[in-house]
Amino acid sequence: MQNHAIKISDCSLRDGNHAIKHQLTIDQISAYCEKADQAGLDIIEVGHGYGIGASSSAFGIAKVDDKTMLSIAREKCKNAQLGIHFVPGVGKHSELDMAIDMGVDVFRIASHCTESNITYKSINYLKEQHKNVFGVLIMSHMADATRLLEEASGMKAAGADGIILMDSAGYSTPDMVGEKVSTLVNGLGITIGYHAHNNLGLAVANSIEAAKSGATVIDATIKGFGAGSGNTQLEAVVAVFERFGYKMNVKFKDLINLSLYAENNITSRTPDIKAINIMTGMHGLFTGYGTYIQKISSDFDIDIFELCERLAARKLVASQEDIIIEEATKLSKKQLT
Amino acid sequence: MLRKVAIIGTGSIGIDLMYKTIKSKKLDLSFFVGRRVDSPGIQEANKNGITTSSQGVDFLEKHINDFDIVFDATSADAHVENDKIFKKYNKLIIDLTPAKIGELCVPVININSLKQSRNINLITCGGQASLPLAYAIKKSCEEIEYIEVISSISSDSAGIATRKNLDEYITTTEFALKKFTNSKSAKAILNINPAMPQVCMQTTLYAHCKKINNDALEKNISAIINMVKQYVPGYQLALEPIVQSDKITLAVQVYGSGDYLPKHAGNLDIINSAAISIAESRSTNIV
Repeated sequence: MQNHAIKISDCSLRDGNHAIKHQLTIDQISAYCEKADQAGLDIIEVGHGYGIGASSSAFGIAKVDDKTMLSIAREKCKNAQLGIHFVPGVGKHSELDMAIDMGVDVFRIASHCTESNITYKSINYLKEQHKNVFGVLIMSHMADATRLLEEASGMKAAGADGIILMDSAGYSTPDMVGEKVSTLVNGLGITIGYHAHNNLGLAVANSIEAAKSGATVIDATIKGFGAGSGNTQLEAVVAVFERFGYKMNVKFKDLINLSLYAENNITSRTPDIKAINIMTGMHGLFTGYGTYIQKISSDFDIDIFELCERLAARKLVASQEDIIIEEATKLSKKQLT
Repeated sequence: MLRKVAIIGTGSIGIDLMYKTIKSKKLDLSFFVGRRVDSPGIQEANKNGITTSSQGVDFLEKHINDFDIVFDATSADAHVENDKIFKKYNKLIIDLTPAKIGELCVPVININSLKQSRNINLITCGGQASLPLAYAIKKSCEEIEYIEVISSISSDSAGIATRKNLDEYITTTEFALKKFTNSKSAKAILNINPAMPQVCMQTTLYAHCKKINNDALEKNISAIINMVKQYVPGYQLALEPIVQSDKITLAVQVYGSGDYLPKHAGNLDIINSAAISIAESRSTNIV
């Protein structure tokens, strides 16, 4: 297992966009894509944090529209595959059509980990046009290995070429990752990938465990750029994979300049693990909520930890910022649920 | 005189609609049909002594003179096929799929202008929850430049057809938002939430408007909510309107009557109660 090939999917310009409320600029997208492409990244994913079509009042208006982002990225990704993230119910098929026109290579269709059947029509739609499609299971800590296999099997039956498990809340530990990834690898016989978050300081370790269990696509971002405590740090995970002898297109030494570029031009702060991030991680709340919860707590002048507990009790899934406002409003009026 | 109703489509919406039709004092349920022999809906209808069939629209065509109104709770694609039959016989069809072939209807907005329409479309559950409020906002400002609706429904209340029709759900809701508010731009989002205990339907609206009249807004929102409550008692504000310069944010929660699924499944009630109220209003003057 140690010598198998691993593809690195760089989602700095998509998942990382959550960290700056989807305000990546044309210049940042252009320069980063060019440098990441030169560094040998296999897949470069671009877009609003919640995917194509997500720019909205609910999720935040992006600084650059989807079409422009993809156009710039397509121009700069000469060897790397250009990827997008899409959530049915958030984005529309007309937006997928736009992405196809813009020359996107990799289509990742995502749902909450227990609701995969909302993706089947979109997966099928893209496969009929012979596109490379992954099914993505978000918040994968919220289902056990058996259930994940069932959901992933449905995506495979709909035509998915591979499955990505996302630890959106950064809740998982290596034992959980190993069990879930190997269950999917053994049960499906198609490409399996892993997307970790660093709320509990375990993103790189979890990614290594995923690879050891048979995952061949690993998501990462430069300097761990991302919401809350950030994502798996690209430079670190590549360095460790090199030590273990995994075959990769990208080399650590080629990431040094990419890292410096990002430090000076993109990341306003290096993700660290604050108490709020551990709170969201521990409670299994979508990690992207961290900054928003802080902002709302401050705006409404309420206790941040009590708000987290209330949100955890409501078992929020991703993209429910409207419920955060509602709970904050209740708390500020000191209503009891 | 009771009007005879047929229901085609035996999923969650169809079953809930069956119970509401049985309860109605103006409607009589003649047939409950679908395509699956083993459908739980067919079994449910049999238990209630309703005539059922798994021959779907073919059965209804054979018995075309034995009902006056048909509710279509199948799917957008199926409705397109079904309506070809009903059009031949000039049969009133109330469409609960996002197919939008017919006239779009939100009872509190335009039920009276559709008295001669043969195919009435109910848009989507998110549409029925949000359009009354969107309409009230429109009346309270000079112009709506952008309107956005995000609905969250419990996983158990989102049936297979809804999950397969997500794209139609979104595009139909957006179409209706633009139509009823004259807004140039609209966005709709649907979240299916697996949380337990189940969440009730919640719909949040964001509107960017020119010249908001705050007093009119409060009055119009309150008035329209009372109108909707006439047929959906569980329709209530979850977030009072927040007005920040030219932006309005508000949210409603919808609790159902619990006719089929428990009360959290307000998404079924908002569209089904609208369907029933349209059928009842047409009961006395069908051509």
